[in-house]
Amino acid sequence: MAIEFSRKDMLPPLPPPVSERGAVKWARENLFSTPLNIALTVLGVLVILWLVKSALPWWLNSVWNASSLSECRAIVEASAGAGATGACWAMLRVWWSGFIFGFYPSAEWWRPILSLGLLFAALSPALFAGQKRNLTIVIAGAALFLVVALYLAETPATAFVLSMVLILGLLALAQVAPAKLLWFTLIYPALMLWLLWGGSVWLPIVGMAGFGVLYFVFRLASPFIGLAPAAGLGVVAAALWWLYIDVPVVNQLQGLLPFGIPSIDSDEFGGFLLATVIGVTAITFSLPIGILLALGRQSDMLIVKTLSVGFIEFIRGVPLITLLFTASLLLQYFLPPGTNFDIILRVIILVTFFAAAYLAEVIRGGLAALPRGQYEAADALGLDYWRAQRLIILPQALKISIPAIVSTFIGLFKDTTLVGLIGLYEPLKGITQLVRADTNWKGIYWEPYIFVGVIFFVICFGMSRYSMYLERKLKTDHR
Amino acid sequence: MKKSVFFGALAATTLVSGMALAATLDDVKARGELLCGSNTGLTGFGSPDASGNWSGFDVDLCRAVAAAVLGDANKVKFVPTTGETRFTALQSGEVDLLVRNSTWTFSRDTELALDFVAVNYYDGQGFMVKKDLGVSSAKELDGATVCIQTGTTTELNLADFFKQNNISYQPVTVADDSEAQRQYLAGACDAYTTDASGLAASRATMPDAENHVILPEIISKEPLGPVVRHGDNQWGDIVRWTYFALLVAEEKGVTAANVEEVLASTADEEVKRLLGASGDMGAKIGLDNDAFKRSIAAVGNYGEIFARNIGEGTSINLARGLNALWTQGGLQYAPPFR
Repeated sequence: MAIEFSRKDMLPPLPPPVSERGAVKWARENLFSTPLNIALTVLGVLVILWLVKSALPWWLNSVWNASSLSECRAIVEASAGAGATGACWAMLRVWWSGFIFGFYPSAEWWRPILSLGLLFAALSPALFAGQKRNLTIVIAGAALFLVVALYLAETPATAFVLSMVLILGLLALAQVAPAKLLWFTLIYPALMLWLLWGGSVWLPIVGMAGFGVLYFVFRLASPFIGLAPAAGLGVVAAALWWLYIDVPVVNQLQGLLPFGIPSIDSDEFGGFLLATVIGVTAITFSLPIGILLALGRQSDMLIVKTLSVGFIEFIRGVPLITLLFTASLLLQYFLPPGTNFDIILRVIILVTFFAAAYLAEVIRGGLAALPRGQYEAADALGLDYWRAQRLIILPQALKISIPAIVSTFIGLFKDTTLVGLIGLYEPLKGITQLVRADTNWKGIYWEPYIFVGVIFFVICFGMSRYSMYLERKLKTDHR
Repeated sequence: MKKSVFFGALAATTLVSGMALAATLDDVKARGELLCGSNTGLTGFGSPDASGNWSGFDVDLCRAVAAAVLGDANKVKFVPTTGETRFTALQSGEVDLLVRNSTWTFSRDTELALDFVAVNYYDGQGFMVKKDLGVSSAKELDGATVCIQTGTTTELNLADFFKQNNISYQPVTVADDSEAQRQYLAGACDAYTTDASGLAASRATMPDAENHVILPEIISKEPLGPVVRHGDNQWGDIVRWTYFALLVAEEKGVTAANVEEVLASTADEEVKRLLGASGDMGAKIGLDNDAFKRSIAAVGNYGEIFARNIGEGTSINLARGLNALWTQGGLQYAPPFR
């Protein structure tokens, strides 16, 4: 009988040698591959150890319950021995409302909260056009946030119920007719202004009616005098409405049906409420203006082109802080005495211009990246200028520009902290300075910065993740 | 040429707006609210608490003016101004009155077309060092590193002082008070210089306050006071004499608590005029005769304001020093009330 030398079954593969697998391999390849790498690794580890060693006790000794900085220090000394340092987060117990709302009266906190919740509902149709699942998730999340936050803010019952009806109605609308949500997006700015600043309910309604006038005049006149002159006429009519008819009509209606909420002065805004109001409004309005400027810069019409280039180059050539000083100081000289032109509004307008000029250049980059053939294809299809832009050019150009646009937005949001230099109470410098001016907390240094920094990080990181999601979603090429 | 046209236009606009704003008193009365330019937050002198209630040494002067003009010390809106925006805010009419520890200097009084109507706090620049440095006079600071805030007059004063005394120093520039304190405590500089009131406030909050000393030398004059626009003398008078009323009240022993009692019992003619019992002092400057009585009842006399906000026993713990009444060896001196 022949001896069989062959196996009947396969041997299980041996594991690779220790140096070629797992953490050891990874460390060898990434940390200790060359003498330089070894040295850098050791150095890096030492630096991290040193950082942890010097900062960790400070974090571990955190104090959450105290009424002043000296009490904090006493508690740290008592628990960790003399000379020990510790973070004093107790400051947040007193000042958290300042960081979040500024001096917005606490009885009215439900208004900014509701505005924020509705903001997500209003943004969702623009962010997730027509995707029912995402729409539902976002609006349901907003509703959940509203329930919790409104409850915590001790919202009056009527306001609570109305808010719930509104957000649940939007949620239902998202199920039935997601496309209709865009209407809510359109009226949201007026709703937000009214919620935040308060006053008569007729103010936003009659104000929005101005846009109705614009549209009405446009539709009526366009068959006779053409699109552009009709649009001009509509703008003139709307301006007349706002200048002369708005105020008396509001007064009349307010006399007939007085309904309103207490009005809040701009100087009561502060903290992240202020940063968000400036940031969100400027972001929302700067994108359309930026698109128009970018198109204007590429236009063949001399005046449009000159104006666009002039605007962009002027605004980009001036630091934001100069524009803010203009808003806060110079405008006061030129306006008639006694004019009460709200400081936050002035700041929002100039920040919007600033962001729009940058966005225009970003979008121009996207436009320039499109192959000539796309423009020619649009022309060959017989599309007019606006249709070609809307259907062919801009969707591609904007997609290319997404990372840069979101970068600009994140930069803009962080730039809102500059308004501290003109005496507004933004969170980073304004409120922090107040905390330090408080006799109980004078001498505190890192804690307010860390708190504000964390919130800024969360918001900016969220924006950045959203832009990555959007890029993936819109990716149509096969690179 | 173009530049001069621009500045000409700017000056003309300023002039026009200045003229239109001339009657500040009427504006304030019509508005029912005093717009008082204040600090964005300075311990003891003016800062809001977490619910937005302002308090402080400068804040109380605003309240006194509001009590005199409008009859209610709470009818003040405090407009936070920064070092850069404060004077423009006043010139452009955004505030009626600026009480924001601003130093009275020649150029501010003349060039900027402002009027400093009084000095409510006499300050001066000083030095703080660690005790173990073994220095007892600023003149021994040769070769020292000094923490100093940029863009302030203190920077120029410091340079002058060291030059005059022929000694050298190394500046460590910092952005604000809290950063300066941190750098100084971390040992980045041997000495920290700013106004003496600010040094005292910083020292009071240090974890080891007993290890730090404020040197005796005061190297500059910093008279801080309320500011109004040039050209509206009636309004200037109102602010000035409201302040003097608080001083006279301290001199005569009138306090917030005993003002009614004094009014009923006093035989002192000046006190009677101050409190509106005789003469018509208030009416002469466009107010009513009870105006100053209301101010005193609302915020107390100068000594009370000082003691409550920045005096000994508060966390800032400043001695009266130069700010004592002239009768007690200080500089606070009110002209006679007649």
